[in-house]
Amino acid sequence: AAWLSGKTRPMEYRVAQLEALGRFLDEKKQDILEATALDMGKPSFEAYFTEILLCKNELNNTLNNLSHWMKDEHVDKNLVTQLDSAFIRKDPYGVVLIIAPWNYPIHLFLVPLIGAIAAGNCVIVKPSETSKNTERLVAEVLTCYLDNDCFAVVTAGMQETTRLLENKFDYIFFTGSPSVGRIIMTAAAKHLTPVTLELGGKNPCYVSDICDVQNVARRVAWGRFFNAGQTCIAPDYVLCSVEMQEKLMPALREAITEFFGSNPQESPDFGRIVGDKQFRRIQALLCSGRVAIGGQTDEKERYIAPTVLADVLPSDPAMQEEIFGPILPIVVVASMDEAIDFINARPPPLAIYAFSCDSKVVNQVLERTSSGGFCGNDTLMHVTLTSLPFGGIGNSGLGKYHGKFTFDTFPRLRGCLHRNMGLEALNALRYPPYSQQKLGMLTATFEIKRKGMCTLL
Amino acid sequence: RAAWVSGKTRPMEYRVAQLEALGRFLDEKKEDILEAIALDMGKPPFEAELSEIFLCKNELHEALNNLSHWVKDQHVDRNLVMQLDSTFIRKDPYGVVLIIAPWNCPISLLLGPLIGAVAAGNCVILKPSEVTKNTERLMAEALPSYLDKDCVALVTAGVQETTRLLENKFDYIFYTGNPSVGRIVMAAAAKHLTPVMLELGGKNPCYVCDTCDVQNVARRVAWGRFFNAGQTCAGPDYVLCSAEMQEKLVPALRKAITDFYGFNPRVSPDFARIVGDTHFQRVQALLRSGRVVIGGQTDEKERYIAPTVLVDLQPSDPVMQEEIFGPILSIITVANMDEAIDFINSRERPLVVYAFSSDDKVVNQVLERTSSGGFCGNDTLMHVMLTSLPFGGIGNSGLGMYHGKFTFDTFTHHRGCLHRNMGREALNTLRYPPYSQQKLGIVRAASEVKRKGACTLL
Repeated sequence: AAWLSGKTRPMEYRVAQLEALGRFLDEKKQDILEATALDMGKPSFEAYFTEILLCKNELNNTLNNLSHWMKDEHVDKNLVTQLDSAFIRKDPYGVVLIIAPWNYPIHLFLVPLIGAIAAGNCVIVKPSETSKNTERLVAEVLTCYLDNDCFAVVTAGMQETTRLLENKFDYIFFTGSPSVGRIIMTAAAKHLTPVTLELGGKNPCYVSDICDVQNVARRVAWGRFFNAGQTCIAPDYVLCSVEMQEKLMPALREAITEFFGSNPQESPDFGRIVGDKQFRRIQALLCSGRVAIGGQTDEKERYIAPTVLADVLPSDPAMQEEIFGPILPIVVVASMDEAIDFINARPPPLAIYAFSCDSKVVNQVLERTSSGGFCGNDTLMHVTLTSLPFGGIGNSGLGKYHGKFTFDTFPRLRGCLHRNMGLEALNALRYPPYSQQKLGMLTATFEIKRKGMCTLL
Repeated sequence: RAAWVSGKTRPMEYRVAQLEALGRFLDEKKEDILEAIALDMGKPPFEAELSEIFLCKNELHEALNNLSHWVKDQHVDRNLVMQLDSTFIRKDPYGVVLIIAPWNCPISLLLGPLIGAVAAGNCVILKPSEVTKNTERLMAEALPSYLDKDCVALVTAGVQETTRLLENKFDYIFYTGNPSVGRIVMAAAAKHLTPVMLELGGKNPCYVCDTCDVQNVARRVAWGRFFNAGQTCAGPDYVLCSAEMQEKLVPALRKAITDFYGFNPRVSPDFARIVGDTHFQRVQALLRSGRVVIGGQTDEKERYIAPTVLVDLQPSDPVMQEEIFGPILSIITVANMDEAIDFINSRERPLVVYAFSSDDKVVNQVLERTSSGGFCGNDTLMHVMLTSLPFGGIGNSGLGMYHGKFTFDTFTHHRGCLHRNMGREALNTLRYPPYSQQKLGIVRAASEVKRKGACTLL
């Protein structure tokens, strides 16, 4: 009902809601940091960066550009329509459902929410029931900042979410696992609802023999152990030669010690696993290959040490599913070509990483593989740039967002042509009775010629 | 799929060669195409040439003229932290794409998407409609000799085989047809998490305000409705106007129809036929709604239904329950524009909303207060001919959009890429543990996007 009233459409309304979101992030900052620390031991530096700073960036980017993004986009006209108005109108979809996961529980619903509001939609947010403290915070507090007629927070477990999906939404934005992604898309198909699915995958990390080993080790370790590995774009496994594995191992050991000290369990800067079920799942993956670094666990704290596994085989448990934990397997390959074949034999991942001092190598990997996104010589950083689209392909997802791309996800681009009521003589060419002469003249006015071809008059 | 993995379709020269071959197909086989379509549904050669050959050639030239530009990596803005890095969007093909086409514009609704898919570097499987048998046969026999068989294949299949075809994993599915089959296609795609584009249909309303040039409106609406004997997804399905306007519109429509097709449209060479017997029977049944004021004659042998206008309709009549997709124009009377807008909004969102008025404000009101795939003020169908406008549905009328560059973008995966320097590690230490408030402050300053207009006192 609120959607039909058109309440969400004027620009002032959208700006007001977005600014309210900004105040939520500022005023509730401490509560957010506390809730995520309780849910998964997230270090406050990490929580601040991903849950507050990156969100504020998206918010400011949107507020800075909204009037420009919302404008009708005038398009090229052909001869026939020269005197008409031809433009793309950015219409909202209507009522949008956003389903968020637990690993970045604020960021992963707030960023899509920003885009959805900016595009003029009404939104229902379903935060993850797994990160309980954050879920409670969002349900209690967010509603005080946003207009309750047009925005709602729903708390739901698996069963209720299934029932929720039976309703007809105008767009569904889901972040989570591929298996649930399929269920969502199937439910959406019944109502022909468009979807964006941000899923996951095993993100490979190819390390060529020509590189600065210590830098690589630091960047890879940072990406893998951030949030105790519970990041959809984290490097999931390393592909390198036997020689490189020899050099990488001590470098990784040194990086981990630099970051977390000699006993990471005592470091305030290392997170914990979000729940018991997930803890046990990851713990089971430790029996793959050979534990070269780490491997310690503590069930009470849901602590798994930053771990590196060597000599891992494609058939090992750690290579059968997305790890989503602080374990880095290393799979040995003979050459870059073998690494590329290995990557291409698997479903396309969310991100591919390639490390080499030689740009040509990085470009080769980029060219010959397919993935949601790509980063050369670093990990995770490409998602912090709001001007790059972020999303998966195939099993790793459908659709893209961040920055303007979030805004572009949520409005419907409506092609509009506004013609003159008069000037009818021009139209006579297309009306029956038909004739070859009319056809000739008509096509001349519409035609798009191939450039570079001369027309002899 | 093997051809896809070989990377054969990716180089620009390959794509251009395939597209040019398509152009030759359209030129060399023009007469055969026009004949096949005439056999399948009595489409007048003028209409066939315009909507099938000409529109495809425009799309083809648009793609060929701009391909090198579209394909390029798109460089994007960088923040402070990445000033020295390479940041860009790479346009990757999806892989193996399936295009399923309907029977009403059997060539352009198959080749239009094909052009975009090939331009984007994909391998393609084409499934033309089995309903337009002559066109299907022509495509199956002739097209493979123009295009590289390794990378573009044509499959002929009925409903059962298509269901089995959909069990395979494709990287993208492009479907044009009706909403109920659209749901089946999307559900099948969901199993493989395959992105889809669905061009469906709907009842496209046509609001005619009291302030307008009645004869011009009548001509434009009649043209849009009776083109291809009404078998156009973007055709105006029903008119909403006041009782007074209806009084003026009906004689104007009668005149337009006579101007176009003469007194006996059945003998006009410029009026098409219904594509098949089942469809003929379906459309014929809709005639029992309201009152026939123009036309109404039918001939089962020829599958001819006269250009017809119906009045005195109730929203519950058969003709208002489904997309007509035939040469019948319904007129529903409403008190005013607000009632018309409410009427439109209480129904599924259509592919197009049409509004006719000499007053621009009225046209804009209808645009603002309704939701549809596309919109055209003071004319019908013409917005579809402009390749710079996106064409697609919303809700029940479809998902996704194409034409011109939008087709290329539909079949392209936009891959966000960041290429950093292997050295300059000092800059990175700010983000590594052990964490500290000081580090956080610097990181924040370096990557922050500030709200414009907010002053920072230094």
